[in-house]
Amino acid sequence: MGFNHKHLIDLREYTADEISLILDTAERFRAVNERRIKKVPTLKGYTVVNMFNEPSTRTRSSFEIAEKRLSCDSLNFSGSGSSVEKGESLHDTVHTLCSYKIDAIVVRDRHAGVPQKIADISGVTVIDAGDGKHLHPTQALLDLYTIRQKYGHIDGLQVGIVGDISHSRVCGSLIPALKIMGAEVTVIAPQTLLPARPEVLGVDHVSSKFDEVLPQLDVVYMLRIQQERLEGAPFPTLREYNMLYGLSKDREHLMKPEAIICHPGPINRGIELDDYMADHPTRSKILDQVYAGVLVRMAALYLLLGGAEDGITA
Amino acid sequence: MSETNAKVVCMDAAEIERSLTRIAHQILESNKGLKNVALVGIVTRGDLLAKRLVQKLEQIEGVKVPLGKLDISFYRDDFATYFSPEVHSTEIPFDIDGKTIVLIDDILFTGRTIRAALDALMDIGRPACVQLAVLVDRGHRQLPIRPDYVGKNLPSSLDESVRLFLEEVDGETAVEVMRIQAGQRAGSAPLNR
Repeated sequence: MGFNHKHLIDLREYTADEISLILDTAERFRAVNERRIKKVPTLKGYTVVNMFNEPSTRTRSSFEIAEKRLSCDSLNFSGSGSSVEKGESLHDTVHTLCSYKIDAIVVRDRHAGVPQKIADISGVTVIDAGDGKHLHPTQALLDLYTIRQKYGHIDGLQVGIVGDISHSRVCGSLIPALKIMGAEVTVIAPQTLLPARPEVLGVDHVSSKFDEVLPQLDVVYMLRIQQERLEGAPFPTLREYNMLYGLSKDREHLMKPEAIICHPGPINRGIELDDYMADHPTRSKILDQVYAGVLVRMAALYLLLGGAEDGITA
Repeated sequence: MSETNAKVVCMDAAEIERSLTRIAHQILESNKGLKNVALVGIVTRGDLLAKRLVQKLEQIEGVKVPLGKLDISFYRDDFATYFSPEVHSTEIPFDIDGKTIVLIDDILFTGRTIRAALDALMDIGRPACVQLAVLVDRGHRQLPIRPDYVGKNLPSSLDESVRLFLEEVDGETAVEVMRIQAGQRAGSAPLNR
């Protein structure tokens, strides 16, 4: 089958077959990552700029590892400490970077839409590494990979996403991706952390009662309470949130025996997850997600840059 | 244009079988047995030929040699221009360090696949030596690569494609030569043609 995407920004532009191809390719890269020489020469001579205008630990480091293991050269660029602080426009920054004859830009930005804007003006491959409260496609792909690794398939699974739905870019990519792959998705949150019109999410069910939904779930996806993005006190105290929506040991009896726990990280221990659940030896897939992050990012770079002879544009 | 679709069968199933039998004997002869020998087939058809060779070696010598398969997608030198997104799995379920690895490919042409396969192997381990067995050598080498075992030398023209089809994946076994159509590549036949 073919793969004719230049950018990875909105997963709604991808078909189930194309997403499956990314996951299958990630699986091939797993074999590479488990050898003594965890590197292939595929992207030798390619240059990728990691443009992170917002703090990030795992996304940035896993992109860097993915790039190194594909043998491409990477340049880390961040808005702070650069000419952006001197007032350079995004447009000028991007054109300046592209003058170095680069092949791709990986973008993290606190404003929604920046990756698409860069894709429109730069001519190089753009991968969205998280923009504002909008999208985070590689996070969704690593989640899908982790879920598929556990169940062997995604279609028909019951996936519950719990927490700060309205501020979550993880949801922005994960919900459509799960729907494309045929999962049944429920979001679980207090009304104050849901969009005013939850139907815009495109999910199958919306609930504010965690304990009623939990027994049906194959995948319990806990979101981080993003204290930096909360406005207007959506819940009285963190303690109350934890009692109603935290996944802790005393809720385990409500879970299916095989149900797994995912979390995009970083975890607020004691708020959305307690130590028992976060470190659960069989249920918690949080570290598998981190590993999958390297694999799907290698797969995305490989598939997006492959055959892109005209990808080098200033 | 009347000849564009004409294809000629250069080896039929029986000939292919006899060639593989001879190659099996040659592998045995030049390695003085099968001690330390392992076969690695290059997907998507070299791996199937390697499987047949393992069976033949077992029939002749009573020894089952280790068998692996190698996908060279990540090592190709034409990643930027020609790209086939489907990557098959590499499965080498044994330690290749210190072994005599016989690489198996269907059609030897430019030699670029073998160059990639050698690099891929070296990233997996350090074999004592690597030999090359191919069913067909069609000439036109672009690199200093020479097979140790050849089923059939088949001088060909650059505007021809030489392809192996195998019962297991194609429903028939034959080596066919045909004129290249516009937009077609001379490389291996795609699966599910």
